[in-house]
Order: sequence, then structure tokens, then C-alpha cells
Amino acid sequence: MPYHYTVKNRRYAFEDLKTLLAKATPFRTGDALAGLTAESYEERIAAQIALADVPLQTFLNDLVIPYETDEVSRLIVDSHDTEGFKKIAHFTVGDLRNWLLLEETDAAILQKMAFAFTPEMVAAVSKLMRNQDLIAVAQKCTVVTQFRNTIGLKGRLSTRLQPNHPTDDAKGIAASIIDGLLNGSGDAVIGINPATDSPAVVARLLHMLDGLIARFDMPTQSCVLAHVTTTLQLIEEKVPVDLVFQSIGGTEKTNSSFGVSLALLDEAYAAALSLKRGTIGNNVMYFETGQGSALSANAHESVDQQTCEARAYAVARKYAPHLVNSVVGFIGPEYLYDGKQIIRAALEDHFCGKLLGLPMGMDICYTNHAEADQDDMDNLLTLLGVAGCNFIMGVPGADDIMLNYQSTSFHDALYLRKVLNKKASPEFESWLLNQGIMDEKGRKLPIKEAHLLLNAV
Amino acid sequence: MNDSKLIKPDAWEFLKTHTDARIALGSVGTAMPLAEVLAFKMAHAHARDAVYSELNESALIDDLATFDLPIYTLQSQVNNRHTYLQRPDWGRKLSEASKKELAQAKGNADIAFIMADGLSATAINKHAFLLLKILIPLLQQAGFSIAPLSIVRQGRVAIGDDIGETLQAKCSVVLIGERPGLSSPDSMGAYLTYQPKVGLTDESRNCVSNIRSEGLSYQTAAEKIFYLIQESFRLQYSGVSLKDNTDSGLLT
Repeated sequence: MPYHYTVKNRRYAFEDLKTLLAKATPFRTGDALAGLTAESYEERIAAQIALADVPLQTFLNDLVIPYETDEVSRLIVDSHDTEGFKKIAHFTVGDLRNWLLLEETDAAILQKMAFAFTPEMVAAVSKLMRNQDLIAVAQKCTVVTQFRNTIGLKGRLSTRLQPNHPTDDAKGIAASIIDGLLNGSGDAVIGINPATDSPAVVARLLHMLDGLIARFDMPTQSCVLAHVTTTLQLIEEKVPVDLVFQSIGGTEKTNSSFGVSLALLDEAYAAALSLKRGTIGNNVMYFETGQGSALSANAHESVDQQTCEARAYAVARKYAPHLVNSVVGFIGPEYLYDGKQIIRAALEDHFCGKLLGLPMGMDICYTNHAEADQDDMDNLLTLLGVAGCNFIMGVPGADDIMLNYQSTSFHDALYLRKVLNKKASPEFESWLLNQGIMDEKGRKLPIKEAHLLLNAV
Repeated sequence: MNDSKLIKPDAWEFLKTHTDARIALGSVGTAMPLAEVLAFKMAHAHARDAVYSELNESALIDDLATFDLPIYTLQSQVNNRHTYLQRPDWGRKLSEASKKELAQAKGNADIAFIMADGLSATAINKHAFLLLKILIPLLQQAGFSIAPLSIVRQGRVAIGDDIGETLQAKCSVVLIGERPGLSSPDSMGAYLTYQPKVGLTDESRNCVSNIRSEGLSYQTAAEKIFYLIQESFRLQYSGVSLKDNTDSGLLT
């Protein structure tokens, strides 16, 4: 047994790296459901102590899923920055944790190191870190992306305006968009989850969004979160597509359960780039992820759900996305049971994504069968604001009437900007000022009945 | 709560006619006005109560007696909600005792109806009988035979496979409480599976969802399920390749 630790007379042995990673993971129901979790509190900490001593070099040899059988593993190995890795090649996982927290390890260094880290390395180190550490290190990372505006700058907090409607009714969706815009939301993207994947419906919504953005000269981008094959078809049909969306996971099998492969994503990325619809930048992809998706697809390959999630980020970063969003509390209590587990998972995902160089946002959310409520979301919202999360969701009143779950409201974003002295993305902030929606302090202004946005539905 | 001057209303309240989304809530500072916060909390409370609601078995049995069919009260391998929420796999299988009890039942009927609490027993308490009151006579008139009825505590959709297989039914229909939304704490779903057997997954089923007073009416739901049952017997399968064409004119 290569990995072991002895507590008094009890020797804990872990047969391989994936077992060690799973046993070292802070408890969550999804790993218990998969039968991967430590059997006692003692075993979990023994695993963490053993993990702290594992050299980072080991992660390049003991792959959690074999290179031969999984294209995500191949991507991770083949895209590893071996030159950059030399700086940390002598570290153990424990050393990496201590190094990340050093004053001298700053934003510029972390940015340079993004591809020297593998997902498994950052997942491993996150398991040894307290919530405070996850926040402190993530806050040092800056990941900036551009399409029609600039997302991720220090002191900024953006929102995805999510105006969903159970029957994709155009007026219903437009009403929610207007509500969001007049509350200062929508700079990350105006992104609709369609109730149906029908290409005709998706095309209609894309035309509607394109018209609205053009008419008001809005420095933002649109997205209808259809399957990538649907969006590809619509690109061919010359429907105005800004960002191309897809849900992705951290194993080849998870991705195939989503109906995608790296080859298909390559194709989608090339198609999206060819449109050249971004005015100031070319980050054209929008990905969503979430712990538990691999297990839910029966595709986790005995790897714990947080490590699977970090591996999904290797897929995401291949395509220089504009936005990556972990939909943390959506999956339900059999994966993340309560507010405590959701908060921990969100901080891990944000940390791992940022370290791997991704523009991480978070859907701070819960379902009605999870042990969580608005107070938990307020806690997580505030923590992620401090951690420097690029964007959050903006849902009218926090209640998504199509997907039937609770996320963050437009008001929540205003709260976070206020208490942490943050602003919308610079281009969008100017637009809000010009439209008379907000003042220079980010306060809502009274809207006159003649305002053109009120007549846009 | 009575000094309305404290609240800044939004000038676009007229947009509320277009959507049930919580728009134009107004604000106090950056926050939502208290009345909106409390309305949200009440909706969440209803959803939470629905998750922890229990089947009213005696009332159900009294109502179902009208069909003059044997009724079995069964339990999954889960004993409480806490476990139910964490172990979907156990909620898909019958307990040993229930399995033995059901093995005594007379088999070989066409359709087995299973009522499971799912994530909202309230939905079953409210809607299951009223739907069956329309659907069962419709089926019987068309010549279908009905297997013994089952009521299942702590059940998931796939428990219908275990029950349907044990009863040797040609088709199972699981009526189950759906995951409550803030505006729908009592929504019922119906999952139809042709030739149910343990190990099937969702792509083998057809679902009629959102059965509740503000959603799909009992009459419409019964007609949809009746149509799907007839089609699945004709085609001898159910699932993704069996399309519900009853409302093809509505979706554009």
C-alpha cells in the first residue's frame, strides 16, 4: 500500500490515489451514496495527513482514471505545463497548501501557474484547506474575460440575468429581463434556460435577445442554454448566437451522458469563434458544471465528486470560456445534503476553478428538498463575494419558476455590491448610468414611465 | 409594515401580467420589502412541509374501496425522510416484508397502479384518488384489467418496477409526489412503464407531470395517461420513443 498513516495502533492504508482523495474529502452525502467516503472521523483525518505528504509528482503517475480509457485524463496529462511545474515539482500537497497562502504567492504568479496545476492537485490541496484558506487563495486570483464587456476585474461583481419562464413565453421572459436590467443585473450574460430544446423555440429566443441588446446598445451578451448540438445547428442557420453553452463533467463517460465529447466541443468552439460577434474580446463559451453530475450519470469511476468536478475544469479551460458556472445546490440532498455541505462545495469549486485559470461564477442555490434556506444562501453569497467570485445568478425574487429551485435575486447582487463596495463590469456600469438606471454609487434611480425599457415588452 | 412610504415601488408593476416570476418587488435600500420576504418564506415553508408530509393511508384506503380491488400498503427499504433524502437507491426497492406480502397477490393483470409519497405525500393525498376516479373506469370500459392497488411509503419512481414485476403486470403507473416548487407544493406526476422490471431507467418511462389544481386537470391528465397506455399496449413499449401526441397542436 503506497499511502498509509498510523494513529496510535491503528494503521490506515489507502490502495491508490483516488481512494486516498475520496477518504480525505470533507463529508458529503454524494460520496457516501457512492460508497467512497471515510468510515470514521479518524479515518478521514488520517487520510488528510497521508495526503499532505504525497509529492505532487505522484499526481502525474498515479492517475485517478487511466490515460488509455478516458479522454479527460488524456487532456489533463497532455495539457500539463511541465516547464511551469518545475517550480513546484519538489512540493508535497501539504507544501502546496502552505505555499499558496504565502504573501509572496500573488496574482501574477498564480496566473502563470494555472496550467502547471492539474485538477487532481488542486482538488487534493483543497481537501486540506479550511473554508478560510479557500477564500484567501481564491481572492488572490484574477481571471478576466471579454466579449462585449469585461468580466472578473478586481472590485467588480457581475450577474447572469436568468429570466426563465415555464412555457418560454417571450413576453414573460422579456418582463423578467426588464426587471433585471432596471435592478442593475445582466452584465455577465442574459441567459435563458429554455423549457424545451426545440431548435425553433431556441432560435426565437435568440432573435428576441439579439433585438433587445441591439436596440438598447447593451454592452452584454446573450445565451440560450440549449444542447450544444442544437446551438451548432442554429449557427449554421445564421441565428444570432453570442455565447455557446454546454453542461460538462469530469469524466469521458459523464460527458457522453451529456451527449458531448471533446471533439464535439472543439467543433462548437470553432463555430462560435468564427461568428466574431464579440466587440472587445473573444471568450465565446459558457459552461456549467456541478459536483455529483458524474455519480448521477453513473460515470464517476469510483472518483469522489469533488475531484470529478475539478476535472471538469480541465475540459472548460481548453476553450477559454467567458463564463464557468458551478450550479452547486441544484443537484439535491443525495449529493449535497444541507447548507453546510453546499457552502463547502461552492468554496471548493470556486477555489479550484480560479486556480486552474477559469472565470468562475456560482449559482448559489438550493432545492426544496435540501436542508437549506435563504440564510444559508446569504452566508454563501457573502463568502463568495469576499472570495472574488466573478459572477452570480440574478433571478427575479430568487425564485426560478421554470426550474423550480431558489437561486440569488437581483436584490442579492445589489446587497453584495453594496457591502463589499463592488460594481458591475465597467462597460455595463457606464450603460446603467447613461440609461438613468443607476447613479455613480450604484444606487437605483427612479424610472420614469416614458423610459424606453418599460415599453420594450 | 404599514408605512408604505418606507418602500420604493418599481415603476414597472404592470409587467407582472406577463409572468408569475417575482418581478417589480420594489425595494428598501438594496433589500426586498419585508412583505415580499415573508411571502417567499411562506412559500418555502409550504414546500418544506410538503417534503415532510405523510401519506394519509386510512383516508386513501376508504376512497379507493370504491374500485373493489385489493389494496396493499407497502414500504420501501427506507424508514424515515432523513434516509429517504440521502439514499434514492433504497427508496427504489421494496422492504423484505412488503415484498413477501405482495408475493401473495394475484398477478397477471394489465395495469398496476402504485401510489408513492415521493417528495410530496400531500400531492398523493390530494390528487391520486380524484385522478383514478376518472382513469380506472376509462380503462375498464376499454377492456383493461386492473391489478391490486399499492400504496407505498418512502417510495421513488423506480419502486414501480419492483411492484409491477412482482404483480406480473403488463404495465405499471406510478403516481408520485413531485419535488415541490415554491408555487407548487402539491404537484403529482404519473410515470408509465410497459413491462416493468427491476433495473429499468427513466428512458423506459413516459411521464405526465404537474397534475394539480393550478396545473394539469384530472380530466386532461387521465386522458393523456389513457392515451399513453393504449399506445404502449399497441406498440409494446414505453419510454422516449413513445410520443405523447395528445397536445401536438399546442406546442409551437
